[in-house]
Amino acid sequence: MLELFPFKKTIPFMSWGKATTAISLLTFLFAIWALWDKGLNLGVDFTGGTVIEITTSHAANLPEIRGALEKTGLPEISVQTFGTSRDVLIRLPNKAHINAAETSNRVLAAVRTVDPSVELRRVDFVGPQVGKELYDSGALALLVVAFGIMAYLAIRFEWRFAVAGMLANLHDIVIILGVFAFFQWEFTLTVLAGVLAVLGYSVNESVVVFDRIRENIRKMRGATIPHIIDDAITRTMSRTIITHGSTQIMVLSMLFFGGEALHNFALALTIGIMFGIYSSVLVASPLLLMFGVKREHFIKPVEKKEEAVV
Amino acid sequence: MNRYPLWKYLLIGVTLVVAFLYTLPNFFGEVPAVQVSPVRTSETVDTALLGRVEALLKTASLPTSGVELAGNSIKARFASTDVQIKAKDVLQNGLGERYTVALNLVSASPAWLSTLNALPMYLGLDLRGGVHFLLEVDMKAALEKAAVRYQNDFRTELRGDKIRYSRISREGNAVVVRFATRDQRDAAADKLAAVFTDLGFAAEDLDDGFLLTARLKPEAEKQVQEFALQQNITTLRNRVNELGVAEPVIQQQGANRVVVQLPGVQDTAKAKDILGRTATLEVRMVDEQADPLLVEQGQAPFGAEIVASREGGKIAVKKDVVLTGDSITDAAPGFDSTSAQAAVHINLDGKGARIFKDVTRENVGKRMAILLIEKGIAEAITAPVIREEIGGGRVQITGMETAQEASDVALLLRAGALAAPMQIVEERTVGPSMGAENIEKGFHSNIWGFLAVVAFMTIYYRVFGLFSSVALAINGFFLIALLSMLQATLTLPGMAAIALTLGMAIDANVLINERIREELRNGATPQAAIHAGYDRAWGTILDSNLTTLIAGIALFWLGSGPVRGFAVVLCLGILTSMFSAVTVSRAMVNLTYGRQPRLAKVSI
Repeated sequence: MLELFPFKKTIPFMSWGKATTAISLLTFLFAIWALWDKGLNLGVDFTGGTVIEITTSHAANLPEIRGALEKTGLPEISVQTFGTSRDVLIRLPNKAHINAAETSNRVLAAVRTVDPSVELRRVDFVGPQVGKELYDSGALALLVVAFGIMAYLAIRFEWRFAVAGMLANLHDIVIILGVFAFFQWEFTLTVLAGVLAVLGYSVNESVVVFDRIRENIRKMRGATIPHIIDDAITRTMSRTIITHGSTQIMVLSMLFFGGEALHNFALALTIGIMFGIYSSVLVASPLLLMFGVKREHFIKPVEKKEEAVV
Repeated sequence: MNRYPLWKYLLIGVTLVVAFLYTLPNFFGEVPAVQVSPVRTSETVDTALLGRVEALLKTASLPTSGVELAGNSIKARFASTDVQIKAKDVLQNGLGERYTVALNLVSASPAWLSTLNALPMYLGLDLRGGVHFLLEVDMKAALEKAAVRYQNDFRTELRGDKIRYSRISREGNAVVVRFATRDQRDAAADKLAAVFTDLGFAAEDLDDGFLLTARLKPEAEKQVQEFALQQNITTLRNRVNELGVAEPVIQQQGANRVVVQLPGVQDTAKAKDILGRTATLEVRMVDEQADPLLVEQGQAPFGAEIVASREGGKIAVKKDVVLTGDSITDAAPGFDSTSAQAAVHINLDGKGARIFKDVTRENVGKRMAILLIEKGIAEAITAPVIREEIGGGRVQITGMETAQEASDVALLLRAGALAAPMQIVEERTVGPSMGAENIEKGFHSNIWGFLAVVAFMTIYYRVFGLFSSVALAINGFFLIALLSMLQATLTLPGMAAIALTLGMAIDANVLINERIREELRNGATPQAAIHAGYDRAWGTILDSNLTTLIAGIALFWLGSGPVRGFAVVLCLGILTSMFSAVTVSRAMVNLTYGRQPRLAKVSI
């Protein structure tokens, strides 16, 4: 039997509770600060505006392109290369007096006057109203997902588990957002999808540990609650690391082979998975302890029924 | 202990065969094809048309590898893109204007698969290239337009009943009629309220007159808006058909938006031009009494307005509209038989033809202007002198500069008018090369990730790891088969979701395998360990997957665009992984170990 994690003894995770809580509190505060101070670099999906991606047959002459675009009279155009010197990204903010629908045609026509070999790769134009709506519905989705999961946990487990699980997972979400804010990586609709997926994924993690805690509470009659939690985490450690490993392999594969379009999405997931493993073990469980989980919460007559589920 | 009844194996076998069959079309790739569909969506395609298409291709001696009816269109497959393009021209010329002939790609999978309705996944625009537009209907303008119509109707009603009024004006969405006496106002209120039941009327007494204000009732207002949206969708559909795009998507989104997706469209400027045009046509009489000098200065006589003429200069036209574009049933570009000038031939419907006949009879010798109103600006295309009564509803307009212009005008007239102006609020264009690159990269990231997970699982859990890997591959098949069956649109985020669900799907097997190991460590016999492992893990698998499913459903419910594409795959992936990781892997384990009552050792 090949074992990467041969934990024979129960690891005293809960006795490190103070240290881990302090660490997560620090990272959490850092993330809040980054969000507060720098804010998210919202993509065109949310802010509205135009992003045009073009590719040229040889290294792009940015000053020439800039000059040609200035002649169109469109304000605040940013021109930059990304990836290679042949890929050029042109951004325009939304301006009320400009006919946005024609902007991309005008830009493309202007660029083609200096370099006819230009090939259009992608245009994203989003009106300000649409962007705002997406932003609102994104925030709403985040809330609904959070409450839906909490409700499920409260029904399947107990309210303490629901609150602890949710706090641990919001901690992950805030940290992803904080890292995106700190590095000013572009936050797009796809990244939002990634963040929401992390919310589901990370709860998944907590549920596995919670499940074991519930089982241990019923089984280990003499043990103290911290010991029960330690045992649950230790027993699931191997699985936690392997599952995270395999998910991370897929995500890294996306990060390396998925191309520009999936890059930030994969980044969000990478951070989410890294913090997901940590929070499910070292944030959710101490919180559970803090909320005062007792054996009596699970040793009830109704308990027999639940076992029948098996 | 670890045995399945026969029906379970059979059930799993059947689902595997079905999944394999429906996954298969995705591996055949695509062949060039030409798609023929009617311009008017109300028309249906039948076998007679199929025969015509086959006959046309035969006479042109273009070899086809199959002509078939698919939905409301006919698709003909060809061996190469050269033949495809030739065939497109032949079919367009042979079938005429009533049909849209578009280049397309269809699945190369054999016919027997297609008859099973096994079709490849539908690729989103980000994977195949094309344009996505989100258009917003200006509802304020729709309501104002309705008010203008009521303004005219009031005038006719009141004149018909000989009720005197001093002025009818429009204030926003409301129509205000001013009267000199209260009796006139009350008489008018009774009359109008009886005729126009959709309107609510309010009377007001002022020092210098009596007012009657009419407003659409809320439910009628809603109806006007819905109607405007529906008419705009119809108009857009007609315009898109003229572009000759294969498989366009035109859908309502929310209360006032329309999504238009044009796969494979390269010339976005042309597409935007056609979609965004808000042209309407009006026929009005030229005001013959107007002083030409004042007209040149832009001063309109009472009851008339000044418009620019395409023939040069300005003309005064009466405000009363004789006919609108709504009465036009067909319009085709052509040439005037006498002058050989570019012209548009128009057919009018019955009511339009009658009005046109009356007006031309009463106004012989006078000029009639045909106005094209685009983006709120009216322009007289032509203002010919009426030589004789024109009956039968066949009208010819000349005055176009080029044949191209005549064809554009004809297109606009034929496609009909928009009930209210629309604005593009979102545009996403993906170049074809980028689409192909997205597919390739997305596919590679899935393959490499999958292989890495399989390698790890097999080394770590040996035989059980192999079972888990096979279950994971089968999960991939299930997921792709399900997506193909539902004909869900696969987008780049969708491909990301496939990768993510494959990564997460292994979790169930890890949970099971770890449990089995734990049972073995605690001294259980191998058979008991396998049994307990699957049983104990199931509760955890259910809990953890359901929470993720909750997230997926909320994403689908609230998300839009890429988020939704992601959510669909995530939800389906969770369902398939629960089945494949638990049931399919258990079947493999049972088949291998279940028959050995004294199993000494398992490879895990």
